[in-house]
Amino acid sequence: MEGPAPHAPDRRVIFTRAGILRGARDTLPLWLGMLPFGLVVGIIADAKGLTFLETVLMSAIVYAGAAQLLALELWTDPAPIGAAALAALVVNIRMAPMGAALAGWLDRLRGWRLWGTLATMVDHSFAMAVREQRAGGRDAGYLLGVGLGLWVAWLLCTAIGHLAGSAVRVPPGHPLYFASVAAFLSIMVGLWRGPRVDLGPWVVAGLLAVAAHRAGLPAPVPLLGGTLAGAALGAWIELRDQARRPPPAAGSAASAPQGPAPGDRG
Amino acid sequence: MELRLDVLLAILAMTVVTYACRAGGYAVLRAVRPPPFVDAMLRHLPGALFAAYVAPPLVAGSWPAWIGALAVVGVQLGTRNLGVAICAGVAAVWGAQALAG
Repeated sequence: MEGPAPHAPDRRVIFTRAGILRGARDTLPLWLGMLPFGLVVGIIADAKGLTFLETVLMSAIVYAGAAQLLALELWTDPAPIGAAALAALVVNIRMAPMGAALAGWLDRLRGWRLWGTLATMVDHSFAMAVREQRAGGRDAGYLLGVGLGLWVAWLLCTAIGHLAGSAVRVPPGHPLYFASVAAFLSIMVGLWRGPRVDLGPWVVAGLLAVAAHRAGLPAPVPLLGGTLAGAALGAWIELRDQARRPPPAAGSAASAPQGPAPGDRG
Repeated sequence: MELRLDVLLAILAMTVVTYACRAGGYAVLRAVRPPPFVDAMLRHLPGALFAAYVAPPLVAGSWPAWIGALAVVGVQLGTRNLGVAICAGVAAVWGAQALAG
């Protein structure tokens, strides 16, 4: 590691092929970790009647694992266009603050470099780009490289999952279907910020979803009702705590928006 | 190799919405800061969503599902690895169901 010049005269953001390749290479250790989640999405897609082409197309252009899994859980025949879009919105709205948090790089990009890089942004590429930025990195190609590397892995994993699912018929009620609950539970462990912040909202979200489910409300309603109520309670608790506790130092509340628990997701 | 119109439309709808979150979020939040309540709610949305998703099957589920849930949380805490945690959860449910006969 050569140390950067302390008075680097040029702090301009660059976008190079080398940066893209380095980002893509940095994803290789993550490929194996993505495999089970990708397999689950592929297998569920097959179980819900999606063809191989439809499954791979969804992975290629939606490219958002948790949203795909949730939409597939709500899947019906004919395809539930509104419910799928709603599922994607609720799961992926978390990505809205990520681009703003990376403005230091993105503001310097134009055209396909900007809008194409944004298209590949996922939790992991966000987390790795933040780390790279904090370490003084100024090659914005890195963000695109990580996004593309994970995209290839995602396509492969879901494709393999679909092939496996159609080769071996998995009967309903099989333990394998617990994998989608397991995936969301382990994501929740990564999101957990402590009982004060999360316990109330999560319990309310869960209980309301169960109640709406028992009341026989149709598919996305229990999920959405529980989610919105839980999130609103969380926001209320957070703002109430902020109002009670005066900020320790000026400006500390105005930190950049954070993505959910950087570092733990596929 | 079939691509049905209704499925294609659902996938395209998901794609548009997802891209709007990725790119539209950057374009909008760079220009305007949302009110604090909305900002805080956005941050709480994912956790609440997943809680609302897992609660009904767990509440309705039998004890093997709970064993599986404990295994997932324990392994995720220990390894911080999503893939390993999913496998552990499925294996635990499998084992518990086998025990239950």
